[in-house]
Amino acid sequence: MKLLGAMMQIKRPRFYSDSNNSVPSEKSPPVSIPADISGEMLDLDEDDDLEVFSKGTSLTDGNSLNPSTQTSPASMINQYKFQEEEEDADAKDLFVTVDNPESHVTAIETYITYRVVTKTTRSEFDSSEFEVRRRYQDFLWLRGRLEEAHPTLIIHPLPEKFVMKGMVERFNEDFIENRRRALHRFLNRIAEHPIFSSGDDFKIFLTAAPGELISHKKQGAGFLSRMGETVRAVAASVRGVRNRPDEFTEMLEYSEAFSQKISALHKVTQRISKEQREYLEELKECGPTLALWSSCEEALAEPLRCMADSLDRCCQETEEQLKHINDELIPDLHEYVLCTDTLKAVLRRRDNIQADLEAKAEALASKKTERESESKVLSLAWDSLVGRSPEEVKQHKLHKLNGQIKEIRDELEKLEDRQEWANNALRSDWTRWKKIMRTDLQSAFIDTADNNVKYYEKCLAIWESFLHSQRAEAEGNKNVDYS
Amino acid sequence: MERTMADSGSEDIAVIGNTDLTPSESQNNVRNTMFEKGTNLLKRMEISVAEAEKRTGKNAVNMQETYTVYLIETRPVDAVQEATSPVPDSLWRRYSEFELLRNYLLVTYPYVVVPPLPEKRAEFVWHKLSADNMDPDFVERRRVGLENFLLRVASHPALSNDKIFRSFLTEEKVWKETVFETGFQAKADSRIKALNATFRVKNPDKRFAEMKHYGDELQSVISQLLRVRARAADRLYGVYKVHGNYGRVFSEWSAIEKEMGDGLQSAGHHMDAYAASIDDILEEEEHYADQLKEYLFYADALRAVCRKHELTQYELETAAQDLCSKKQQQEELATGTVRTFSLKGMTSKLFGQETPEQREAKLKMLEAQIEEGEELVKERNVESGEFVKGAWADIERFKEQKDHDLREALINYAIMQISMCKKGIQVWNNAKECFSKM
Repeated sequence: MKLLGAMMQIKRPRFYSDSNNSVPSEKSPPVSIPADISGEMLDLDEDDDLEVFSKGTSLTDGNSLNPSTQTSPASMINQYKFQEEEEDADAKDLFVTVDNPESHVTAIETYITYRVVTKTTRSEFDSSEFEVRRRYQDFLWLRGRLEEAHPTLIIHPLPEKFVMKGMVERFNEDFIENRRRALHRFLNRIAEHPIFSSGDDFKIFLTAAPGELISHKKQGAGFLSRMGETVRAVAASVRGVRNRPDEFTEMLEYSEAFSQKISALHKVTQRISKEQREYLEELKECGPTLALWSSCEEALAEPLRCMADSLDRCCQETEEQLKHINDELIPDLHEYVLCTDTLKAVLRRRDNIQADLEAKAEALASKKTERESESKVLSLAWDSLVGRSPEEVKQHKLHKLNGQIKEIRDELEKLEDRQEWANNALRSDWTRWKKIMRTDLQSAFIDTADNNVKYYEKCLAIWESFLHSQRAEAEGNKNVDYS
Repeated sequence: MERTMADSGSEDIAVIGNTDLTPSESQNNVRNTMFEKGTNLLKRMEISVAEAEKRTGKNAVNMQETYTVYLIETRPVDAVQEATSPVPDSLWRRYSEFELLRNYLLVTYPYVVVPPLPEKRAEFVWHKLSADNMDPDFVERRRVGLENFLLRVASHPALSNDKIFRSFLTEEKVWKETVFETGFQAKADSRIKALNATFRVKNPDKRFAEMKHYGDELQSVISQLLRVRARAADRLYGVYKVHGNYGRVFSEWSAIEKEMGDGLQSAGHHMDAYAASIDDILEEEEHYADQLKEYLFYADALRAVCRKHELTQYELETAAQDLCSKKQQQEELATGTVRTFSLKGMTSKLFGQETPEQREAKLKMLEAQIEEGEELVKERNVESGEFVKGAWADIERFKEQKDHDLREALINYAIMQISMCKKGIQVWNNAKECFSKM
């Protein structure tokens, strides 16, 4: 195959490490990702087939989750499918945009607010249009609330808090624009989610006046309760889960693998951006050099000038192509890198819920065992000393144990419900997330491909017009005396 | 002589032997068609540097060395046009022999802008290109360059008729001897010495001064262009090759996805194709860099001619000056007046006048010298005049050639860019289709 043949002749450039040809695909690329990534790459030959679990289980009913209703997976499937079609059939009834960043300076700090505009026909909203200003902290608060309320649902990530290395100023234009774009995406994802978008917190976020928002924030679950949750979570993670169902183990494995791939893609794209930038810098020098040359020439002056011109225009097109990569593709990929953190967190929380449940079940079992042994044990000498009859003491103990057992059983039931609900929620949100991921990344890549096609088309036009001008010159100048 | 533009594809010059034309060879064909029709040699003979081979042998200091030889093939044009073309005459030459030939031509035809040889060592390399003289790519590009050199010489009105050049093409063994027998080496040495000395010309021909300046500028700007271009090629190579990583990650990612798998996998293939395509692109671009390099070295040859003009002019002026001072001496001696300070004058003042016999003898000597001097000035004048005429004509010829060649190169570069853009469009459209199927 010519392709392979051509690749075989390549001398490896110094800054690419040798790929170890462990993946026996028919196309073994001669250049591998720099060593720090290739080490993390899965050797997918040996991996089990990471089938994504995508059976259509659903939320129990339309808009609100009722943890106590237990429905079979089968019935849920039908419900979900129906719901989906319903969602598609209904026009989107809530539109939200994030724009217009503005800087605010106070004595203590400088911060940026963004304008959030909502247009909706939903009945639970008092009016059909809202405009508020929100800062990054407010978005953080919203997401935190949603996480608390729905620990095993997948919430779209927010742009990162801190500035990437290499940025001089926190508030430079590109950073703000990137953040704005990500915040816009975030709110839209929330708005599209059937559960998140129907919550109070979301509504207040979109509509409340600043004072209102502040007081609402104060009402919410306090610091202490969040502390409690964290402590429990830590305890649970230390305990670990015993019998994780295969489907969730598969999800975990998929998250790992996906995380690697998407990070790799992100890094590759960043590398491409860097190389393209450096190429552009070199290319920028060609035009001026040719222009300089043209000033020394007579007959050649015009073609040289034309070429200098063409090269300059190509530089402009390259600049634009690069802009797309930096402003759209890279942030899009980055968002999904952040998503993988969410996935892992959600799976962890589900595991914790299960760990809680398992612990409770153990507690029940040990209490039952205690009761068993208690009913067989004869009273101790102490009891007779104290003056109670052995039978009395035993009955007393058994009664106490029964009480405890009933309590534990009640709690266990609650935890079982919680578990079932969490699992179902995760399952259906997982499917939903995968769909969205596929659409998002698909359109990101399609846009990039489109952008590249446009870039080449524009360059093509530039060179064709150069050719045209030269051939026209040639025709015209056939009989011109050059002296 | 009438100039024909490349578009009108003259068929007088026969096509080079092998039928499989590489892009560089077809480039050469284009160039061949624009060589002047009036030259004798290429009309009658077909010349090519067909192959390159490694040899080992003992060198001047009796050490083993490895070197490359190039096969020069010549064939009478008429024979090719017949159905049965005979085996071409051929001989092997190494680079140093080409250098020898060129040095001979430089000395023998000082007024000619002598075509340059391909570079001795690889310069303006970007990382993928090897700077190693034994590297096959380098050897191949040198082969093309040497052929180009021969064709340029063969199409030059004066150079093509040179006997030494002819025998370079046909006499393998005895050629070296013949060259040295011409004694050009001695001339070369003295010329070099003279040229290296600093001298000031009183009345340089303005045109040559301008040409020299132009040569300087041309050299500087082409060097800069080649440097920038090499760096840009390096970067572009990186851009394309990193896309190969997309191919790999897509392939790995496709293994963990159910619905997206096929689309990703096939998109990955296109990314690999994209990454691989840069090799051919840059190889072709290298060819244009070589064309630029030729003119970089031509600039040197141009400046050499201008410098030689200065030398001849200087020699003329020196001779004239000598003559002038001799005449003055004569006059002084004849009239007895000392107008200019001279040691003789001083000594005669100090030590007394010469005897009439001495004066007579001196006058006689001066007369003879003046006669010689006048002859010399005449000679030098003629030399200078012929040089100026010949050089200027050749410079005009060179200018036209350069304008034509470089213009063609620019056009061909644009054509290459167009092809590259078309490939890019195709790859990304294909990738887009695959993404749509994700």
